[in-house]
Amino acid sequence: MEIDARGLSCPQPVIETKKVLDTKVASLRVLVDNIAAKENVSRYAKSAGYAVDVAEQDDGWLLTLEKA
Amino acid sequence: MIVTKEKRNLILAGSATGLIAVLLVFFGNPKNMGFCIACFIRDTAGALSLHSASVVQYARPEIIGLLLGSMMISIIKKEFKPRGGSSPLLRFVFSFFVMIGALVFLGCPFRLILRLAGGDLNALVALFGFISGIIGGSILLSKGFSLGRSYKQSKAEGSMMGVVALALLAILIFIPSLLKFSEKGPGSLHAPVALALAGGLIVGILAQRTRFCMAGGIRDVFLFKDSTLLLGSVMVFVVALILNLFTGNFVLGFAGQPVAHTDWLWNFLGMGLVGYGSVLLGGCPLRQTILAGEGSSDSAMSVLGMLVGAAFAHNFGLASSTSGATLYGKIAVIIGFVIISAIVFVQLKNKK
Repeated sequence: MEIDARGLSCPQPVIETKKVLDTKVASLRVLVDNIAAKENVSRYAKSAGYAVDVAEQDDGWLLTLEKA
Repeated sequence: MIVTKEKRNLILAGSATGLIAVLLVFFGNPKNMGFCIACFIRDTAGALSLHSASVVQYARPEIIGLLLGSMMISIIKKEFKPRGGSSPLLRFVFSFFVMIGALVFLGCPFRLILRLAGGDLNALVALFGFISGIIGGSILLSKGFSLGRSYKQSKAEGSMMGVVALALLAILIFIPSLLKFSEKGPGSLHAPVALALAGGLIVGILAQRTRFCMAGGIRDVFLFKDSTLLLGSVMVFVVALILNLFTGNFVLGFAGQPVAHTDWLWNFLGMGLVGYGSVLLGGCPLRQTILAGEGSSDSAMSVLGMLVGAAFAHNFGLASSTSGATLYGKIAVIIGFVIISAIVFVQLKNKK
């Protein structure tokens, strides 16, 4: 599954991520394009027990969250 | 508590910010007003003759410093990103009312913390209002309210707010006769320009690095049980409190507090409106200022909305004085809640 949170201001990227993680998915990709969203989504995912892989893209980051 | 790097940085930045706020008062700023984004934007509006309340007119170098500090550090750290287009006019309107709420209370969230640290219990009442507003706004955000996506903009668009700040600084230093300067009242009390500018620059840099936000701290606790961002505000409070206690600037009570009134209901509702609007905008007035420096023209619209809101607040008698909230101020706060809520509900309904 993938969430495109590009252009959304915080906390919306985290809210969208939380909604999906609450359904106990094994993995989720989140596209973000601002630093605050990258940090906040990563922090939330880690606290929810997901490992976070950050890959830089031309205009933002692809965060891959995997159930740890 | 595990102290992550983010938490450590927020603890350090919050502490330094609290220290600078107290120092700015020591060097001349009004009491419990080392920083106040709302008051300082209001004073700047006065300096530019956008309103004619003669006691609150001064082009505050702190605001200029915040904008330029955030811009410089974000360029150095390659985080300067010109973006915009996420409902700019709605952001203007929300920010307009955030300013009205702040001037009915007499302070933005930053000054709320500093007033608390000075023993002003009216700010405690306002804190409950602020938290209530944030919870209300957070619920609407989790129900799906959004001001929409922002998109990449040109470098010129993203750096315009910094250019404006530089121009204002140049006018303040080289042609001050263009500006108004209060001869009495809060506007006449200020630290020397160089110190105020340095304070603004440092806090601007720290706030940009740590994404420090007074509304976001409380919001994250409510929405995500995450206290990371709140640490910044807590440290500003703790450090300012300790320094106030040592320097005899801590006076506990409701009555006779500096630049404050005891109208508890309107302290509560004024700050409630600030919390409500801020959380829907994605950040408190300080965070909006920092984001404007980072290249967000949406946040630049917020700063302009606050500037115009401040001018209206004084031109139409909406701002409170030390004797309390005005009738028109009370009406304006209610209108603010109604208009923002109406916008939110129309947006949410259209989404379904």
